[in-house]
Amino acid sequence: MSVIDSPQLVEREVEAPPGLLRRLIRQRQAKIGVALTAAVVLIALFGPLVLPWGATGYTSTEFAGRPFKPEGLFGTDNLGRDVLTRFLDGGLRLLMFAALATLLGMIIGGLSGMAAAYRGGIVDSAIMRSNDVLLALPQLVFALLAITVLGPQSWVLVTVIAITHAPRIARVTRSATVAVVTEDFIRASEMYAVPKWKILVQDVLPNITGPLMVELGLRMTYSIGALASLSFLGLGMQPPTADWGLMINENRIALAIQPWGVILPVLAIAVLTVGTNLITDSLARASANLNVGESK
Amino acid sequence: MTHLILRRLATSVLILLAVSLLVFVATLLLPGDPAQAILGQQATPERLAALREQMNLNDPIWQRYLSWLGDLTVGDFGVSAASGGPVIALLGERIGASLVLLVAAASISIPVGLLVGTYSALHRGRTGDHITTGASLVLAALPEFVIGIWLITVFSTTIFPILPSVTMAPPGEAVWNYPSQLVLPALTLVLVVTPYITRMMRATMLEVLDSGYVEMARLKGVPERQVIVRHALPHALSPVAQVIAIQLAWMAGGVVVVEFLFRYPGIGQALVDAVANRDVQVAQALSILIAAVYIVVNLLADMVGILTNPKLRTGGSR
Repeated sequence: MSVIDSPQLVEREVEAPPGLLRRLIRQRQAKIGVALTAAVVLIALFGPLVLPWGATGYTSTEFAGRPFKPEGLFGTDNLGRDVLTRFLDGGLRLLMFAALATLLGMIIGGLSGMAAAYRGGIVDSAIMRSNDVLLALPQLVFALLAITVLGPQSWVLVTVIAITHAPRIARVTRSATVAVVTEDFIRASEMYAVPKWKILVQDVLPNITGPLMVELGLRMTYSIGALASLSFLGLGMQPPTADWGLMINENRIALAIQPWGVILPVLAIAVLTVGTNLITDSLARASANLNVGESK
Repeated sequence: MTHLILRRLATSVLILLAVSLLVFVATLLLPGDPAQAILGQQATPERLAALREQMNLNDPIWQRYLSWLGDLTVGDFGVSAASGGPVIALLGERIGASLVLLVAAASISIPVGLLVGTYSALHRGRTGDHITTGASLVLAALPEFVIGIWLITVFSTTIFPILPSVTMAPPGEAVWNYPSQLVLPALTLVLVVTPYITRMMRATMLEVLDSGYVEMARLKGVPERQVIVRHALPHALSPVAQVIAIQLAWMAGGVVVVEFLFRYPGIGQALVDAVANRDVQVAQALSILIAAVYIVVNLLADMVGILTNPKLRTGGSR
């Protein structure tokens, strides 16, 4: 006991390298990313509470009205709806669905990747081969095929994007888990007959958080892009829902005379995805030497 | 090595078969009766039964799958539910148009990506490196339609109205007769794909420049130019080939959004139309086609990887 409590060891623990989050936020790039993301998330979250013209946004009968008039700061769209109202109302669904799709994909992909690596053998090959099949269809094409059959409902969009993420996440999780399961502390847990699911949750999961967090950020960026793209194609959110992707599709006809209906949502999506990508890139750098530090 | 290649080839064929099964099963999930969908609500039961017989809807599912697959291999993609014509006639011209776009984008983005990545690696830590790294990080995050809209806003509406924003080749005439209409769609694809190639090229080049054999060559007094061209570049290229292939394969899918944005008469536009009209036969055919391109390009990349890996060059290895 006295050996464990000796001051030398305590001191070493205090000097342990800072955690993933602290190392992340120390980077300037991460700060920019967080600021950009937070700006758009705040607009999306609180926008629907302050709509100047109510939920529909109808202001006048003037189609594609000019901006900077008393009816609306950014003018109206081709149906006479206030552009600012539609913009403030259009981000929340995109963010929510993207987050849901990412989480669902992380759960499916993470679990199957961990199971494949830990169980090995036939479970491993079965999971990884079916991943190969899913990976052979481009993400968007797979989504379009599902929408052809099932129609553009919200749950279809979320599920289909989650399913296209899952094999990619599973690959990353599997290779991270394979590196961990041969460690001695896993063998120790196995010798104490700890249930397998408990080993995965208690011993494996904390050791693969680095790559998983990077994957989470990456998939979030792609989820936003995929959802916005589907809505832009007219196959995601359906009118009259206010949605940034759909808004770009609806207003791009009048791009030359009333560009605000396109510029605002394009800017929001661009700032959001660039923000999440900056965070992801910083996360990757922060986690690159995380596990090295921890094993010491 | 031959063993490896053959095995990789067999895997690709199996994956393609599995994808075709997936696509086929997807159409079975479609609610409603395909015969009813074609003939409409007023169809008499006799005509419905006749069409069902003609479409082999009464056969067992595995038999329908096999005959559908058999038709695919001879280029028969079925009949479009929306237009009533054969799918292959609908797609013939569009495949060519899409290929033109893809080849144009690839032949610009690959050399540019390699050059910029190498430049960035050679100027590690300096301003040029920071600018290219930052730009590629930003561009890699943007969805393709955001880049496309931005290009349209800049080059065809407000600031420099010099390029057409939509493709308006008269029907029946080839798209490459109007090169100015190709510029913006191709440029969009280039801007989407190049950052990934650049980043990978920079990363592998940095790794190679830090390696022992490059240091050895420098210590030996080999001129720096020759160190880079003869010793560093060839070793950096093989991992980048994989990324290039992934990007080319990605373009087969990404072309969908770009073609829709610019009203480009290619397969992507056709796929969006098919999904909007719920024209299953066309969506099916295009998914299989795009998946096949995707699989073949990935296969080629792995082949390049196997052929250029010196560790696999000796005969006996498996």
